[in-house]
Amino acid sequence: MEIEENKTYWPIDHLRMDIRELIDGIPVGVALISPDLRIHAINRAMESLTGFNRKEVYGVPCRYIMKNNLCTRERPARNILAKEDQIRAEGDIINLVRQKVPVIINLSPLKDHDGKPIGVIETVEDISLVREFDQKIQGPSSYHNIIGHSPQMEEIFKTLQLISQTDSSVLITGETGTGKDLLAEAIHLSSMRAKGPFIKINCGALPENLLESELFGHKRGAFTGAVEDKQGRFRMANNGTIYLTEIGDLPLSLQVKLLTFLDDKEFYPLGSNKPVKSDARVIAATHRDLNEMVRQGTFREDLKFRLKVIRIELPPLRERGDDVRLLMNNFLQHFSKKFNKRITGFSLNSIPIMLNYTYPGNVRELRNIVEFAVNLCQDEVIRREHLPSYLHESITMGVPVSDNLAATSSVNTSTPLMYRESLYKATSHFDWEKIERQMITEALAQSRGNRTGSAKLLGWGRATFYRKLKKYKLG
Amino acid sequence: MMGKILITIYEEDVAPRFDLSSEVFIASLNDKREIIERKTIVLTSASPEELCHMILSQGITHLICGGIEDEFYQYLNWKKVEIIDSVIGHYQEVLDLFLKGSLEQGTNLMFQKSQG
Repeated sequence: MEIEENKTYWPIDHLRMDIRELIDGIPVGVALISPDLRIHAINRAMESLTGFNRKEVYGVPCRYIMKNNLCTRERPARNILAKEDQIRAEGDIINLVRQKVPVIINLSPLKDHDGKPIGVIETVEDISLVREFDQKIQGPSSYHNIIGHSPQMEEIFKTLQLISQTDSSVLITGETGTGKDLLAEAIHLSSMRAKGPFIKINCGALPENLLESELFGHKRGAFTGAVEDKQGRFRMANNGTIYLTEIGDLPLSLQVKLLTFLDDKEFYPLGSNKPVKSDARVIAATHRDLNEMVRQGTFREDLKFRLKVIRIELPPLRERGDDVRLLMNNFLQHFSKKFNKRITGFSLNSIPIMLNYTYPGNVRELRNIVEFAVNLCQDEVIRREHLPSYLHESITMGVPVSDNLAATSSVNTSTPLMYRESLYKATSHFDWEKIERQMITEALAQSRGNRTGSAKLLGWGRATFYRKLKKYKLG
Repeated sequence: MMGKILITIYEEDVAPRFDLSSEVFIASLNDKREIIERKTIVLTSASPEELCHMILSQGITHLICGGIEDEFYQYLNWKKVEIIDSVIGHYQEVLDLFLKGSLEQGTNLMFQKSQG
C-alpha cells in the first residue's frame, strides 16, 4: 500500500468540525494525525495533557506535540499506516510545564469506506495516579541502601540523582544516626567517580598533629617517628571521593589547609615544600550547627561556604512519619535472616511502643532496638517484652521519650512529633488506634479538610493517609 | 567570545525531547554574535544526565531544546545555563532566529495555519 506524503487534501477534512465535537467528549487525550504524521486535530483532554492549545498545533509533526518516548524514537504511526496495525504501549510524555507524565498510548489506523488508511488516531491516557499507587504498594522508595517513602526522603532521592552527576562539594547535615555515612557512599557510588576510591576519615577521632599527617601525609623525617613517607588520605582519594565525617571537629589550622585544597586541588604534606595534586571530590558531614560554630569563631565561614555548594539535610527519624514502620520491618527481615530466626513481624502491643518512641539516636537507634529484640525473641513475633526496658519505662511513666531530647535538639512544632507528644500527654491510657484517629482528625481540622495538606502535616505519603482514612472510616 | 550554544537535534530538526536526544549541535559565537566554530556530536546513547554533564564540561552558555523535564531545567538554570525550551523547527532555522536575537521559549516554526 502506498502512502501519499504531504498531501494537501485529507479525506476527513470535510468532517473536521463534527469530529472535533465528537472527540471532545472522550475523556482521554485524542489526536487525529494525517498520513504525513502531522497533527490534524486534538481534543480538550489532549490539550490539558500536553499543555498545547489546539490552535497552535495544526500541521505540526505529532512527535513535537505528544513528545512521547515511543514517537520520538520509533515513529510508530508510520508503521501503523504501512501495516494497518494497532499499537498499545506504555510510555511517557513531557508536557509544556516540563512534567514527565506516564501514559498509555494507543495508535490505530483511520480508514475510509474502501478500507484504505487515511491517517492515524492516537489516544494518550494519563496513568500517573496508577503508577503512584503501584509504587506505594510495591514497597519503599530507595536509593542504594537508603530506604524511605516519606515526602522528605522522596525529595532527597530525587535530588541525589542529580547531585551524583556533578562534581561539586557536598555538605551533609543531620542528627546523629540519620544515615549521613550511607548517603555519602551512595553519592560516591552513583557518581562518575564510582570506580575510584571512597576514602572516609573521622575528623574528630584523632589529635590535631596525627590528623594532619593522616589527611595530607608527611615526608620522612618530618617529625620524630616519621620513618618513612606517608601519602595521606587526600592523595589516596585521587580520582575518587574523600568523605570527611564530623567536619565540625576539624581544628582551625587544618580548616585553612582544607580550604586551600578546595581552591587549588593541591596541598603540602607535612615537612614537604612540594605541592601534591589530588583530584578528589570532597563530601563532608556533621551533626553540629556550623552556623553557630561560625558565630563562635570555631569554624571558618569561608570553608563553610565552599563545602556547602550542595547541602543535604537529612531529616530526623521522628519527622519521617511512616518510615519508622518501614524501617522496623526492613531491619526485622535483615536480622531474622542474619541470626537465622523465623520471626515474621511485631505483635500488636509492641508496634505502638515502637512507633511512639522518638528515637533520639534516629535510624541507628531503631536498628539497634530491632537487633536487640531479634536476639531476645524466641517466638515468631516480637512482643513487648522483647523490646529494651527503657522503651517500656517511657511509656508507663507517661512521659514522651522525646523529653530527654529537649536540651539537645530543637523540635519544630509543626512536625508530626507535635501530634504524637501532645496527644500522648493527653491520653491517660495507651491506645494507639485512638491516638492515630485523633491525629488524623486534628490534621484535617488544621489543614481545613485538605487531605494532601493533612498527609504532609502527619509526615505520611498520600496513599498511607487515604488507607488510614478508610481504616478509621473518616473518609 | 559571546558564548557557546548547544542545540539538541533529531535528524534536521530540534529534538522533541531533551532526555531522548542522542545528537547535539554546538556553536561558538564571537562578540558580534557570529559563529566562529561549529560541530555536531553524536552521543553513544541518549541520557539526560550525560547531556547535563556535557553542557557543563563544554562551557555551554545557551541551550536550545524541545521538551525538557523540570528537574534538568532547574539544575541547568541553577548552573547559569540560559535555556530556550519547547522549540519546534528545523535546527538551522532555529539557529538563525537565535542569532538574530528573536528566538523565544515555545517558538514553533512548523505551525501551519488551519484550513478549516
